Amino acid sequence: MSKAFELSKEGAELVKKELTRYETKHSAIIPALYQVQKENGWVPPESIEYLAGLMGLPESHINEVFSFYTMFNKVPTGKLHVQVCTNISCSMNGGRELAKKLCERFNVKPGEVSKDGLVTISQVECLGSCDTAPMMQVNDRYIENLDFEKAVQALKEMGAQ
Amino acid sequence: MSSLEVKLLSEHYDKPEFQGLEGYKKHGGYEVLVKALKMEPQKIIDEVKASGLRGRGGAGFPTGVKWGFLPNNDEPRYLLCNADEGEPGTFKDRVMMERAPHQLIEGMIISAFAVKSHKSYIYIRGEYDEPARILRKALDEAYEAGLLGKNILGSGFDHDMDLYRGAGAYICGEETGMISSLEGLKGQPKLKPPFPAIQGYLKKPTIVNNVETLAAVKYIIRDGADAYRKYGTEKSAGTKLFSISGNVVKPGTYEVPLGISLKDLIFDVCGGLKPGRKLKAVIPGGSSAPILTAEESLKVNMDYESLAQSGSMLGSGAVIVIDDSNDMVDLLDVTLHFYHHESCGQCTPCREGTGWISKITHSIKNGEGTTKDIDLIKNVAEHMMGKTICALSDAAAMPAISFVTKFRDEFEAYVNKGVERRGEDAHA
Repeated sequence: MSKAFELSKEGAELVKKELTRYETKHSAIIPALYQVQKENGWVPPESIEYLAGLMGLPESHINEVFSFYTMFNKVPTGKLHVQVCTNISCSMNGGRELAKKLCERFNVKPGEVSKDGLVTISQVECLGSCDTAPMMQVNDRYIENLDFEKAVQALKEMGAQ
Repeated sequence: MSSLEVKLLSEHYDKPEFQGLEGYKKHGGYEVLVKALKMEPQKIIDEVKASGLRGRGGAGFPTGVKWGFLPNNDEPRYLLCNADEGEPGTFKDRVMMERAPHQLIEGMIISAFAVKSHKSYIYIRGEYDEPARILRKALDEAYEAGLLGKNILGSGFDHDMDLYRGAGAYICGEETGMISSLEGLKGQPKLKPPFPAIQGYLKKPTIVNNVETLAAVKYIIRDGADAYRKYGTEKSAGTKLFSISGNVVKPGTYEVPLGISLKDLIFDVCGGLKPGRKLKAVIPGGSSAPILTAEESLKVNMDYESLAQSGSMLGSGAVIVIDDSNDMVDLLDVTLHFYHHESCGQCTPCREGTGWISKITHSIKNGEGTTKDIDLIKNVAEHMMGKTICALSDAAAMPAISFVTKFRDEFEAYVNKGVERRGEDAHA
């Protein structure tokens, strides 16, 4: 048996409100998964069953949505989820080298959580900020016009060691 | 600022106050809505048709004609704003939503009034947290000021607008994929016909328009179709916001009339290339657009027809400028990795094809390819065109075919280097 998952009282209320916000209950699945991720840092498998009960929707429907979209973390991430864009314009301006050097600096492989639990570094596709290449998204925030030193500095300011 | 720029939509983008309702109103905000609400809805559609406005998201379909496909009855219909900007190289919608959220909302209310829709959604890509926050605030302001909701500005017209956040899937930028996603399903595209205007969101008539398209409607109604047509060419009317990135001195978002030469866009508007560099190629309309060689780039104009004639497309207006420091095999490898990653997996030619051409390109880059593999990329890509539910398969095939054809020598160099290392026959 997997460990039971529950949202906070406010979180559960929010999901219930989303259920009536749109024309169909299913549209509340993405907002509900965001709420789980906001509270838990990632979306654990047991939260799917919990949401199915809370929302009165089949588990399979929630799982289908969860697995389709890349923004829902399937595994735990560090406190700072560092997503370095390595699509074309960023790659032309050193995005891949930046991602590699950050992995070395924080001693992690791509997608892995650092030993202190603070940092995960991933390479991601175009984030729509190509004129400020290379750039990265840390949690919800865009940090742009980067070089290695500037990126490390920004991460340190956000709490990375 | 270059004298070739035209600040129609972007006139006030440099003013921070333009983001809020008060500042927006100071610069004529919502005055066009007042005018529009007094017009016959059909007159607005006619004006948009006459303006020649074409979809600014990528397909370039005439907006007024799209609106005209809606059934002529009282059936409820939806307006969806496509803010799922994801085509690599594109960022102008983000700029528009951050700088001028009310411009989009005003354009949307006018458009909704024209097509008699009482409910609209802005579907924004999940990564755009900051623009979403700005838009939510603007929506709240608009509701509070009676610009949304019941009986807008006493006109008797009701309209509700909401924001829906995607969760990281390029395919949701395709209009039927977006509809699936908004319905709470996997964002997989649907077969057309039926087109969304007949059967879209929840099987109801639905119009899906891009952010820039909807914002432009405001200026067409403000100044009239003829004034709008003064910019651009006969068949590509108006201004366009181009997202320019890559190896130019001043990358950014620039509004210019359609039909401007690509040469002027690069060398005048964007300050040219970095010192000592030579132009090698340009991707003129987002990473799915066939690449142009330097020679082709210097001859082409940035409008739908000229680019189609040159074998490429205007797409979303994302111009990626590539100088001679770049390796084309590497850039194709990056590009195809993306399309393979984003294929939704419904159609075999796309699901399998994007993987194959991505893997073959990658193996050539790693020095493990043969001459036959170069032909194989082209062969597989050609069989991916026009065979699937949506255009993602074509979006991967077009760069593959054009890169391999126009820069074949670079692919051959990789093959030969690998062969030399292994001591084999290149044609084996």
